Amino acid sequence: MIEVQNLIKEFEGRVVLNNISTKFKEGAVNMIIGKSGSGKSVFLKCLVGLLRPEGGKILYDGKDFLKMKHKEAKRLHRNMGMLFQNAALFDSKTVLENVMFPLDMFSRKNYRERKKRAEFCLERVDLLDAANLYPSEISGGMMKRAAIARAIALNPKYLFCDEPNSGLDPKTSQLIDELIQGITKDLEITTIVVSHDMNSVMNIGDHIIFINEGVKEWEGTKNHIMDSDNKELNEFVFASDLFKKIKEVEETGPETRHPEA
Amino acid sequence: MSITSTLESIGEYALLLRRVLMPPDRAREFAKEFSKEIYKLGVNSIWIVTIISLFIGAVIVMQIAYNINSPLLPRSTVGSVSREIIILEFSSTVICLILAGKVGSNIASEIGTMRITQQIDALDIMGVNSANFLILPKVVAFVLFMPVLVIFSTFMGLYGGYVLCAITGNPSTDTYVYGIQFFFRESLVWYSLIKSMLFGFIISSVAAYYGYNAQGGALDVGKASTDSVVANSILILMTDLAFTQLMMG
Repeated sequence: MIEVQNLIKEFEGRVVLNNISTKFKEGAVNMIIGKSGSGKSVFLKCLVGLLRPEGGKILYDGKDFLKMKHKEAKRLHRNMGMLFQNAALFDSKTVLENVMFPLDMFSRKNYRERKKRAEFCLERVDLLDAANLYPSEISGGMMKRAAIARAIALNPKYLFCDEPNSGLDPKTSQLIDELIQGITKDLEITTIVVSHDMNSVMNIGDHIIFINEGVKEWEGTKNHIMDSDNKELNEFVFASDLFKKIKEVEETGPETRHPEA
Repeated sequence: MSITSTLESIGEYALLLRRVLMPPDRAREFAKEFSKEIYKLGVNSIWIVTIISLFIGAVIVMQIAYNINSPLLPRSTVGSVSREIIILEFSSTVICLILAGKVGSNIASEIGTMRITQQIDALDIMGVNSANFLILPKVVAFVLFMPVLVIFSTFMGLYGGYVLCAITGNPSTDTYVYGIQFFFRESLVWYSLIKSMLFGFIISSVAAYYGYNAQGGALDVGKASTDSVVANSILILMTDLAFTQLMMG
């Protein structure tokens, strides 16, 4: 389980994350939402160790990540998979080599077994046909799928996704969402997704944390997000016309259409 | 650049080297990367070393032949002096300055691009020592291949001079070859090879430092690449002076 206590992150004296505390739901898709520049990506980077916070605790199964020794932190890293906003596949390797990379580095299995595992992961994301292509030869959606396959190659306990739908069309976005949700359920892992896409939130979010200007404003489930009376959250959620309409329909009932005379 | 930022850079470079110079996570992966780097940084540099050495070797012989024109000096002096210049400074220092541009910018831009496209972050999250994985194979490959390039450059430089002598007859090829062999000291070759390996380490590690610390976008990768070439050129010249004083003084 991942628990965060009083997390503080500053950049040159400017507080970006202010006293954030939360518990992520195990075996579920946890979404961190907020406007651009609200601090959600910084929060995610602190969780995975790419940034070191100035204060607070990040507990993985009760152990403070920030106080772990190098070897212990390295072991924990092997239980983490991450999907970056731009996929971050290695340009010089093919899709298959990308997925095999964590196995090559950390698995004691022989080449045939490692390849078989990588092919299984690629099949899981429906990308086996592109195994021998280079990242520059595939589309953005395929890159994201390849990155998911690489992230799950070592059977991680935690999957972190930074804006998985950015730059994708709505249909591909939905596909990636379904993939993240499916993998979370199948592999029984804890997934943390940073997003500002409300469609994603409503599709796959089991537990939602709303961050505004570095402060945790709201936490709950997607069933409660529409009914919240938090002003900042409402401004964020109902910035989209679609959600405004849904809210109106919920409050007033469907608009009556009058047949033309 | 202020003194504070220079000292900060030196400190960051030292800290990076501490992470680089560690045993690799997986020897098999290191060997794979090492062989790729030998080809990319070393073998791919042979053509430029060949062309430059041939022409500069010929020019050195031509200049010396025109400027040492005394009846008191034997014509074979042209071969001897050319040999000393090519072994001591041209093949080990000038070629390294050229490679600081070719190889240094290649390393800085490759690692810099990996940094800004979060490929290095991806390695770190996997628990891989990214500095060690990316930089160590390049440094080891380049340092070990440097003597090959220097020996190659020396031979091509001397051969360039030979071709010039064959065309102009000033001096004759026999006199030139005699001059090359006259009072040859093997220790100078060792001096040249050791110096070039030191320069190889500077070029690869300093370029990697600039690439690894690149921040921002494509423009910043270009800046990191340029900065690495400038820093490498200055460091090579300063080290050359110090090393020559140490070994010859």
